[in-house]
Amino acid sequence: MTEYPRPPAGSQPDNDHEPYRSTHRRAPRQPAIRIPHTLSELTGPIYGHNPIGETDNDLTRHFPEPPQGERIVVAGRVVDEDGRGVPNTMVEIWQANAAGRYRHSGDNHPAPLDPNFFGAGRVVTDAEGHYRFLTIKPGAYPWRNHHNAWRPAHIHFSLFGSGLVSRLVTQMYFPNDPLIPLDPIVNSIPDAGARERLVSSFDISLTEPEWALGYRFEIVLRGRRATPFEEPTR
Amino acid sequence: MSPIPSASQTVGPFFNFALTTNVDLGILAREGVPGERIRLEFRVTDGDGAPVPGDCMIEIWQADSAGRYAHTTEFGGFGRLETDHNGCCTFETLKPGRVAGLDGSLQAPHINVMVFARGLLRHLHTRVYFAGEPANAEDAVLALVPEERRATLLAQPGEGEPGTWRFHIRLQGDGETVFFDV
Repeated sequence: MTEYPRPPAGSQPDNDHEPYRSTHRRAPRQPAIRIPHTLSELTGPIYGHNPIGETDNDLTRHFPEPPQGERIVVAGRVVDEDGRGVPNTMVEIWQANAAGRYRHSGDNHPAPLDPNFFGAGRVVTDAEGHYRFLTIKPGAYPWRNHHNAWRPAHIHFSLFGSGLVSRLVTQMYFPNDPLIPLDPIVNSIPDAGARERLVSSFDISLTEPEWALGYRFEIVLRGRRATPFEEPTR
Repeated sequence: MSPIPSASQTVGPFFNFALTTNVDLGILAREGVPGERIRLEFRVTDGDGAPVPGDCMIEIWQADSAGRYAHTTEFGGFGRLETDHNGCCTFETLKPGRVAGLDGSLQAPHINVMVFARGLLRHLHTRVYFAGEPANAEDAVLALVPEERRATLLAQPGEGEPGTWRFHIRLQGDGETVFFDV
């Protein structure tokens, strides 16, 4: 059975990251115990409990009226560590509205809710691993991590890929955001290149004339398709 | 150079309206699916022993009662719930069968668990095993865990509640649950 490689040192955050206050009582103190990859780790759900709706990837069309804010296209490709597209995998996103407020009862930021923006979407990648969302650019918002703490504008992403090992929850940021270098969550990733890869890039080819600016965000999931898992038998 | 996997970031405190609105993801075993039905109750606590309420999400992935990770059978094997205000959530599922391990061995019945929460920059992996299961003694993954910590991976049967199993995830501190680097 083929093991997937472990991510290179520094490319993933450590849970024990003092500047992010919520880690203090939640990050495990004991080192994780490395285990070999069995069927349990190399298989994973085909996540399709309810069918994807036609507008699930267009967050600007979840209500009859359009939301406030700057319309944007967020698109890219999901690939594995061999650079091959990961087809037919669920991509879920969620985000704050243009004013920096989530539609969540726990968000007390005194910025307006937008009655025409929900802030959650999903799509399944195509045969080459491409995905595409239409949404609005989320606002930055304050949080209570430290004095005058602000999260850079971001969109949360959740992906499954081919197995448990490839499960990824991450955040996409926007280019040239001055809050990025100040953010303890971004800075939990030791490697500068790995931090930069979470920043999307403006892409004129994704931009829709007269309608929406385009941002490209490429996602790499763990795993290689050159594994014996083409046809799981048990 | 091959592409490097994208870095993880915390799920944050406000995922619920997007990820955990479908309560059906707590019910894995529907009528007619063969196997031993169980209720698997999770409780998540932090380093102070306080519940991790609402801003924690548990995902499970498991084999069916015959030990098959099924893309083809009635049993999807995937569950996802948020914790409630007590840090708890309950899945209605099946006790999994034994899955093939390495070198032709069989693994003890187990359920794979991922823990996501505000404050966790990377999700955690652990496994639920079942207390009193004879196959635990020959499980190759359990054997990698120091003996004094193995009990953290054993779900305990509910007293006077047949079919109920409880699994306590202690994120940090005394009795900290064993987490795996997969």
